Amino acid sequence: MANSTPVMEAIDQTIESKRRPPSDVITEWVSTVDHKKIGIMYIVYALIFLLIAGVEAIIMRIQLAVPNNDFVSPQVFNRMFTMHGTTMVFFVGIPVLFGYGNYLVPLMIGARDMAFPRLNAFGFWISAFGGLLLYFSFFGGDGLYGAGSAPDVGWFAYAPLTAKVFSPGNNTDYWTLGVLLSGIGTTATALNTVTTVISMRCRGMTMGRLPLFTWLMLITSSMIFVVVSPLTAAQIMLILDRYLGSHFFDTQAGGSAVLWMHFFWIFGHPEVYVLVLPAFGFVNEIIPVFSRKAAFGYPAMVAASAGIGFVSLSVWAHHMFTVGLGPAGNTFFVFSTMVISVPTGIKIFNWLGTLWGGKIIFTVPMLFCIAFLFQFLVAGLTGIMLAAAPFDWQLGNSYFVVAHFHYVLVGAIVFGLFAAFYYWYPKITGRMMSETLGKWHFWLFVIGFHLCFDFMHIPGLLGMPRRIYTYEASRGWETLNLIVSVGAIFQGVAVLILVYNLVRSYYRGEKAGRDPWDAWTLEWAVPSPPPVYNFAIDPSVNSRRPLWDLKHPEEPDSDYE
Amino acid sequence: MLSSLHLRSILLPCILSLTAGAALGQSATSIFSPAASPAQWEYGLSMLVLSVTLVIFLVVGGLLLYAVIRFRQRPEDSEREPPQIYGSEQIELSWTVIPILIVVMLFLSTTRVILETEAAAKPASALDVTVIGHQFWWEFRYPKYGVVTANELHVPMSDPARPTPTYLAMSSADVSHSFWVPRLAGKMDVIPNRLNTMWIDPWAPGLYLGQCAQYCGTQHAKMLLRVYAQSPADFAAWIKQQQQPADQDLSNNSAAAEGRTVFMHSACINCHTITGTPATGRFGPDLTHLASRDTIASGPVQNTAENLRKWIDNPDSMKPGVLMPSMHLNDHDLDVITAYLTTLH
Ligand code: HEM
Ligand SMILES: [Cu+2]
Repeated sequence: MANSTPVMEAIDQTIESKRRPPSDVITEWVSTVDHKKIGIMYIVYALIFLLIAGVEAIIMRIQLAVPNNDFVSPQVFNRMFTMHGTTMVFFVGIPVLFGYGNYLVPLMIGARDMAFPRLNAFGFWISAFGGLLLYFSFFGGDGLYGAGSAPDVGWFAYAPLTAKVFSPGNNTDYWTLGVLLSGIGTTATALNTVTTVISMRCRGMTMGRLPLFTWLMLITSSMIFVVVSPLTAAQIMLILDRYLGSHFFDTQAGGSAVLWMHFFWIFGHPEVYVLVLPAFGFVNEIIPVFSRKAAFGYPAMVAASAGIGFVSLSVWAHHMFTVGLGPAGNTFFVFSTMVISVPTGIKIFNWLGTLWGGKIIFTVPMLFCIAFLFQFLVAGLTGIMLAAAPFDWQLGNSYFVVAHFHYVLVGAIVFGLFAAFYYWYPKITGRMMSETLGKWHFWLFVIGFHLCFDFMHIPGLLGMPRRIYTYEASRGWETLNLIVSVGAIFQGVAVLILVYNLVRSYYRGEKAGRDPWDAWTLEWAVPSPPPVYNFAIDPSVNSRRPLWDLKHPEEPDSDYE
Repeated sequence: MLSSLHLRSILLPCILSLTAGAALGQSATSIFSPAASPAQWEYGLSMLVLSVTLVIFLVVGGLLLYAVIRFRQRPEDSEREPPQIYGSEQIELSWTVIPILIVVMLFLSTTRVILETEAAAKPASALDVTVIGHQFWWEFRYPKYGVVTANELHVPMSDPARPTPTYLAMSSADVSHSFWVPRLAGKMDVIPNRLNTMWIDPWAPGLYLGQCAQYCGTQHAKMLLRVYAQSPADFAAWIKQQQQPADQDLSNNSAAAEGRTVFMHSACINCHTITGTPATGRFGPDLTHLASRDTIASGPVQNTAENLRKWIDNPDSMKPGVLMPSMHLNDHDLDVITAYLTTLH
């Protein structure tokens, strides 16, 4: 399979890295500043939290499977949805995307490491510490089963529920400090990513030739500067309120609840795009390879992604259509929100253009990408519905919204992520993942996803609010909730298969070689796994698909730029 | 594998819409059976948006499905690499411009409904009600009539000949809540230090259900809402009855009389009001006409003597996390207090 050429051999004049005694292994990982090791740590860390937050989701779904259930107490349920949401966003979504960014960006642009390797290690460890701190809360107060002092204020932590009067104890502080630390790590890593892409590109790697995933990491990282700061500011204000007697959000003393909402959503909405743009990046890399076609409309793809990033900064108040912004405010945010569907549409059409006329190969990563396309389409369309403010007055904070954003978060981001697992696993470990297990994973997950989240829209239309730990039997919600819960369990089983596959393939997977998928970007030019220094000699490129040029000298890509 | 792939994409939406269709007809809180103007306008807009997005879904989804099936690699293919296409300005321009047109169209229709609802002129015949959200119950005040009640909102129905919409001026005493009765109108948040307004004009008499839609703490789930729309005559009669003092002469009901004494000497009065008595607390619901309500605890519990007794004995057992403490009364005191409260019509 390994599609080596003499040129690629030349890029990699490797020296066998020396084997170390096992006692050194831990020190090696803890002290590493190698972007690949840090990337892997991010990914493993996120995977562990994905399992934990998945268990929390399943606990919620068991509780809601039947009306008037008492599987968990209201307090525990509230902690579960708070921890699930917080974990998924801050300790799964961001770390895993930065994990891939860390691992792939230097390889893709022909660099030997990130611009600031030590800052990179700092970013990882401080985020990881944030996650540990957050979960330490489970051991406080009334211990694990009563869920300790885990936060119970929602991942949005609306004021004034977080004020000292309504939230005594340390629950809210765990939330604030855990998330604050991860925000610092995220900002550090974002800074590193931007600098790396701007200044570490190899010869010939112009901005117009960056792999799309790298473009998307660049856009995402730039957004992070703008959006994490308001959250950090708000969290510091909250700490001041709670401990030093300021009254920013303390409504009992005249503070403002709406102020928190603005701060939070100026972060919170673009955050969704921070998560989804790297997932677009995965899909942008994978679909062309398995359609055997260059990405359709590369400049438009880049422009549309940047457009999404930019417009997303002006839509936050669509989370606030029901706080009484008045007609002028509402109208503005209806417009900015709807406008975002234009660049998003362009992306979908360009993917369609890439598939069109191709020779599609249905590997597991490609299956996940195809499901991604359909699901992202639906997510976008329910998004337009919610952008129509009067419709949102009905649907906001209902299960329709929960279904909509899980279509984005699971249907798009997690599917993109799964595709990335299968696609880059051979590069990272040198082994292929099992395609058979991969197909089991795919089909169980897809079926579970649709059982869970398709049906979840309907209770919302039937007036079921979110964040309720139980409901009466008479509202017509019960059958639907049961179906939804069954779907959640399917997805849980599918993820276990994935984990088994990841572990098993590490020891027993087929050897991958350097370029098992016959791909085009630079990371496939180095051996799998890549040596510490990535490239023995500095590579140089002439087009967007350097390995295509090597393999098809008769028809080089550079002619079409 | 392929056939199941497109089976999934075709079958699921069908099952979904069938189940949805069946379910939507039955629920007491379906947004698709509007019973007041704001809900009706929101419903009209949702139908427009739903049909536009459905068409987009069918067209784009269909194209994707076609591409995936039509352009799959076949074993008989001799050439591994298909001809490369890098882009096309005309095509890309068209799929930019068409969505822009759709967006503008949707934006204009949306704006119209926003203005109709939020900027509607308030008629002189409107009824004003003050809504105050509490953890985890509702307070309703009728300033014009001097009536205060809790959890069950009574409003007159409104007809085109004699429009009597009810204007709700809403604020919160503690954290943020949200007022949502889907068949009457979309939700509106109830926020401390802020006055929000919304209006409803139920067309037909009846009971409309809803519940708090903003997470407000432990018992957010059981912060339900009940709106009773009544004919103008019934509404006037209800107001009249609520204006009467409910605390009657109890000389011929010794249990109730004793209950009254126990009540007035316990901590109950720090939090509850019963008009005409020393009880003037405002932290908990006004109990003046408690016995005229169908439910207690903000909706989840039927207002029967038995439930009432259980509630007073241990509120937390019926609504864990509720802010009313147990008074640790003995059985006798519980019995007499219950007897007293059931006289408060
Ligand atoms: C099998 C997959 C999943 C299931 C079954 C699931 C289920 C749920 C449930 C039942 C809720 C509570 C809804 C409520 O009462 O408001 C919820 C909330 C949430 N979920 Fe998930 N979820 C899944 C995956 C994810 C993923 C992958 C993410 C993000 C990357 C995510 C992000 C969130 C967020 C942000 C919330 C809101 C929490 C809040 O209300 O504070 N979920 N999910
Ligand atoms: Cu509430």
